[in-house]
Amino acid sequence: MSLDLNAVTVGPKGGTPLFDPITLHIEPGEVATLMGPSGIGKSTLLDAIGGHLVHGFTVSGQVELNGRDLLALPAETRRIGVLFQDAMLFPHLSVGDNLAFGLVPSVRGAARRAAVEEALEQAGLAGFAARDPATLSGGQRARAALMRALLAEPQALLLDEPFSRLDAELRAEIRSFVFNHLRARKIPGLMVTHDASDAEAAGGVVVQL
Amino acid sequence: MNDGRALRAVVAFALMGGIVLPILAGFGQTARAAFGVLPAIGAVEWSLTPWAQLFALPGFGTSLRLTLVTGLGSTLLALALAAGFCALMHGRMAQSAMGRLLMPFLAAPHAALAIGLAFLLTPSGWIARLLSPWATGWDRPPDLATVNDGWGVALIVGLLIKEIPFLLLVMGSALGQLPVRQQMAAGRALGYGRGVVWVKLIMPQVYPLIRLPIFIVLAFALSVVDMAIILGPSNPPTLAVAIMRWFSAPDTALLLPASAAALLQAVIVAAAIGAWIGAEPLAKRLGLWWLRRGGRGHRAEPGLLAASSVVLTLLVLGALALVSLLVWSIAWRWSFPQGLPQSWSLKGWMTPGSGWGRAFQATLVIGVCATAASLALAIAWLEGEDRARRARATWAQALIYLPLLVPQIGFLYGLNVLFLRLGISGGMLAVIWAQILFVFPYVMIALSDPWRALDCQHVRAAAALGAGPWRRLWAVKLPMLIRPLMVAAAIGFAVSVAQYLPTLFMGAGRVATLTTEAVTLASGSDRRIVGVYAVLQAGLPFIAYGIALMVPAFVYRNRRGLSGGA
Repeated sequence: MSLDLNAVTVGPKGGTPLFDPITLHIEPGEVATLMGPSGIGKSTLLDAIGGHLVHGFTVSGQVELNGRDLLALPAETRRIGVLFQDAMLFPHLSVGDNLAFGLVPSVRGAARRAAVEEALEQAGLAGFAARDPATLSGGQRARAALMRALLAEPQALLLDEPFSRLDAELRAEIRSFVFNHLRARKIPGLMVTHDASDAEAAGGVVVQL
Repeated sequence: MNDGRALRAVVAFALMGGIVLPILAGFGQTARAAFGVLPAIGAVEWSLTPWAQLFALPGFGTSLRLTLVTGLGSTLLALALAAGFCALMHGRMAQSAMGRLLMPFLAAPHAALAIGLAFLLTPSGWIARLLSPWATGWDRPPDLATVNDGWGVALIVGLLIKEIPFLLLVMGSALGQLPVRQQMAAGRALGYGRGVVWVKLIMPQVYPLIRLPIFIVLAFALSVVDMAIILGPSNPPTLAVAIMRWFSAPDTALLLPASAAALLQAVIVAAAIGAWIGAEPLAKRLGLWWLRRGGRGHRAEPGLLAASSVVLTLLVLGALALVSLLVWSIAWRWSFPQGLPQSWSLKGWMTPGSGWGRAFQATLVIGVCATAASLALAIAWLEGEDRARRARATWAQALIYLPLLVPQIGFLYGLNVLFLRLGISGGMLAVIWAQILFVFPYVMIALSDPWRALDCQHVRAAAALGAGPWRRLWAVKLPMLIRPLMVAAAIGFAVSVAQYLPTLFMGAGRVATLTTEAVTLASGSDRRIVGVYAVLQAGLPFIAYGIALMVPAFVYRNRRGLSGGA
């Protein structure tokens, strides 16, 4: 599984692109990093790759996942997971139901509950299935969000400053938790960050916008 | 501080004495009569006979069934259709544009819309005329029951056209409180299609925010009278209409079973809301079961599309209905299969002396008085809360909604009995006061959020400059709030214009407004005359909204900070 960007840039419809076209090859298990000043369009690029571009913006170039051209597909069929800045756990569902919502539909019946339990355990959240996501700490929320994304079996993962709300110590812990999972599952990742230590820990290519 | 307490005491007294007590007293009278005690007609013995009589009345069972089918059916349909339309349009249409699209449907009184729909849908109506004879082959109106049909379909259609815009409005403002875009992205990143994300994630979060408006819709649909007279089945009619007929029948013996039925009407509404609440956990369990299975099903889109096209069709019907009122009011000769009148005339409009002049005047006076009083009461309440620096208690919130949730027919008759005894029935004052019961809640609902959103800093700045509480209210708060105040007033006025039962019962038939006249004339009178009444009835709220938008725009034409949204 690899993620390829070929001369990709984004910008307002009919306007000038926000940055020079980017070409990038991300190997399975590798996490590439996008850095650059605020407002340059890093998050917009992630939106474009994930299929979440807001109305009025357009993307040019090609994005390929394992040789599959993505840009024409709707977000839900791209199989690209996203880790958001505030975890985005659905506030009306329990932690377990958030994960169950993510879990691929091919896992059926009692196996679903077992898969959710196992994911919670891996995230150090065993027994948290019935909890309200609002009662979790920042680190617990981040781990639950990763598990939810992974249960959907994505072929690539976008990370939109997912560690920026965490304090330094927790940040290092969650970061290695996320990266280890990506490596173990051979999922290519693309991260947007302002923090050089994030890029260093990711260990992949760093693109300056 | 003392000042605040005095103000709140006045408000509490006005609300208790003016709203809660009368409703309770009205119900008390109705309940007494339902169990056999109505001294005015010489009935003094407690008994269950009124109930036995009620159950034996011809058509009672059918009326009951019709009420349940049209009330529950229209509410469920309206909710589903509005949700589908909302899912498809959200993000593709600005909230303000949506507001402008919905405004005419929200402003038009039920009776006017119903009359317009009747003009449109009857076998001799506009649609049949437009399609005949080339498509239908009819050269005379066919013998079909397209309006007043025995199933209540026309009534459901009419209710949907009024209820869907209302639900869309409250859904829109609920969605404004949710991070819809981010949740949509999160859901789609997990492989769910747009429509499925709406059904599984967004709507379950919207629902708790619009629960109370749904109950209002449900209570209204179960007990509506004016629209049911015009569009609903006529023999037997829905229960609320049947009750009204029994109450106004010359045979006073019917008053006791009618009272029993009025009480039953209240029980039906309470039971329906109770059943709805009871079904919620069940729906939640089903929904969660469905959600946990994780099905991605990309196929929700066609459903949303279907719901949206139904909504659009209904809105087009509603718009055509309003236009048809105008067309008929200025038509002169218009024989059947013609698509448009052969000759036009303003005759109906030239003779205010024939009745609409007085009705127009009465409507205006009642509307202005009821709105002014409601607005004053609402301002006093909100200012009292500010001075007490206290959030609104739940019971106070419930109090505001009370008149909208209890069926009017349940207590209005009983209240009138009370008024008769006090000798104040049948006057303008009684009607104005009865309308305030229903105008005040809407004014309060419209004004509460903007009032709380007012920037406290300005008020504090005024206080720091030495302005006392009254000066802060008059010189800072009210002028800054002029836009929402005007909108609240327009909504209140529209509600007042649309009132049917309170005018009819409290006016004891002696106070004629555009609404009571239009409903009375709707069946079987000259459409040109009915058209004039209905156009006026629908036109007044529009004019009120127009003024509400124009006044602040004019006053603040040189104030950019205050010319934004309401």
